[in-house]
Amino acid sequence: MEQLALRERESIVRARLGLTSNHAAAYAARDVDVDVIAAYPITPQTPTVEKIAEFVANGEIRAEYIPVESEHSAMSALIGASAAGARTFTATSSQGLFYMYELLYIASGLRLPIVMAIASRAASAPICIHGDYQDVMSMRDTGWIMIIASSAQEVYDSVIMAYRIAEDQRVLLPVAVAFDGFLMSHTTEPVELYHEEYVRKFTPKNLDRLILDSSRPITMGAMAVPDWYYEIKYQVIHAMNNSIEVIGDIHREFNNSFGRSYGFVESYMLEDAEEVVVTYGGIWGDVKRGVRMARKDGIKAGALRIRLLRPFPARDIVMSLSNAKTVIVLDRAVSPGATVDGPLALEIATALKLEGIDARVISAIHGLGQRTVYARDVYEVLKSSHHDGIQESRVYLGVREYGSG
Amino acid sequence: MTEGKEITISRGAIESAVRLRGWRELPIGGYIIEPGNSVINKTGSWRSQRPVINQDLCIRCRTCWVVCPEPAILELDKPYTTSGGVKYDITYEVDYDHCKGCGVCAHECPTNAITMVREGE
Repeated sequence: MEQLALRERESIVRARLGLTSNHAAAYAARDVDVDVIAAYPITPQTPTVEKIAEFVANGEIRAEYIPVESEHSAMSALIGASAAGARTFTATSSQGLFYMYELLYIASGLRLPIVMAIASRAASAPICIHGDYQDVMSMRDTGWIMIIASSAQEVYDSVIMAYRIAEDQRVLLPVAVAFDGFLMSHTTEPVELYHEEYVRKFTPKNLDRLILDSSRPITMGAMAVPDWYYEIKYQVIHAMNNSIEVIGDIHREFNNSFGRSYGFVESYMLEDAEEVVVTYGGIWGDVKRGVRMARKDGIKAGALRIRLLRPFPARDIVMSLSNAKTVIVLDRAVSPGATVDGPLALEIATALKLEGIDARVISAIHGLGQRTVYARDVYEVLKSSHHDGIQESRVYLGVREYGSG
Repeated sequence: MTEGKEITISRGAIESAVRLRGWRELPIGGYIIEPGNSVINKTGSWRSQRPVINQDLCIRCRTCWVVCPEPAILELDKPYTTSGGVKYDITYEVDYDHCKGCGVCAHECPTNAITMVREGE
């Protein structure tokens, strides 16, 4: 916002609407002019693809909408469409994402710039339609670039940026943009939508890649025996590791063009912070409030939000946390039995250790199955960390009878 | 496959098929960007038995050529006279660079002219 004059901003913004994150994702897909959407409804994502179906039916975008019979087919259809050069979009949640699983690796291995929104949701059983990040965290090894937003505006902006990132010659990897199921997918926030011409200028359809074209036949998806597989996989690894610079460039360009200030991470009151809460997603607002409450008690509290999960922005995180004494990582997902069972906590602990930073890392699992977490819960954690020091390296906030053996 | 067009494989492709290419040299995503390049990839190495055609028993019925899934049966303009004096204009031979040794040809041959022989014997 700071870089753009108000008048210039007004000319970019076409509307300021109350939108859920689901609809914000749909508007972004519309504004980048997607060619093919293939989707299957699943709570809490459904309103995303319903809205896009409406855009297509109303002729607002000229896209092919494929109402497939499953998520497995949704991702398969997009793999085919993207291989043929189409700009593609889908959205899913939880069991739907799990049902796509084998295709996730195929999309990244074939280097297809597919973009997917994920309204995050708990993993069954027990059947639970409510939000947490167990589904999203299961994607960490699939070779997808992963962004986790914390507001509807950020969902809209991130989906737009996702196409630029995915289609960049130096990247050519699929991108997932995740947000909290229900807490974001079904809550309405003001979102500034940009005029189509600005969005399309920012995201020109980049077809500078090999596609299926009968006039110039190639084969995609052939078998690779042990003599070849490793090198082809290494291409994905290399592209992922190198993508962080490209993502940085695209963020800077987006921020300049649309007056935003996105980075890989977002910090809050970190300058002199000793007790730092690290998290992702929609809980960010409550975390900031919890930090403010702790600050009133004289606790040197701060917070850090991770926006980019893959590639993992270890350097930015280490720089942000280099003065912290205790790092409390709030994960809305769990890897049962892991050394550190919060998925983000595990990465933070590793990143700090590799850089020789001696901060204590505490994995705090919260809000599984969308159990409500309040700002005061964050405050309480900061308070107990400050006063007595938390003894355990892993804690489970709000589980009834937790700690009773 | 492109029909009626001659497929030309570049010399570079042949050379690099011999020296295994590194990750930077390989086409992105393992795509095969030269159609028909299976001709230069020798894929018969995992065969445990090889079909051997007895040219005197072969009646040139073309069944092996039809059923070979590879296809690794070559139909050659090569005249042959059997020991019994029958003259043929063509000869069937096996492309061992691509034959996987599945034995379908031997199984289907109506005159049992094809024998599967263990590799190394």
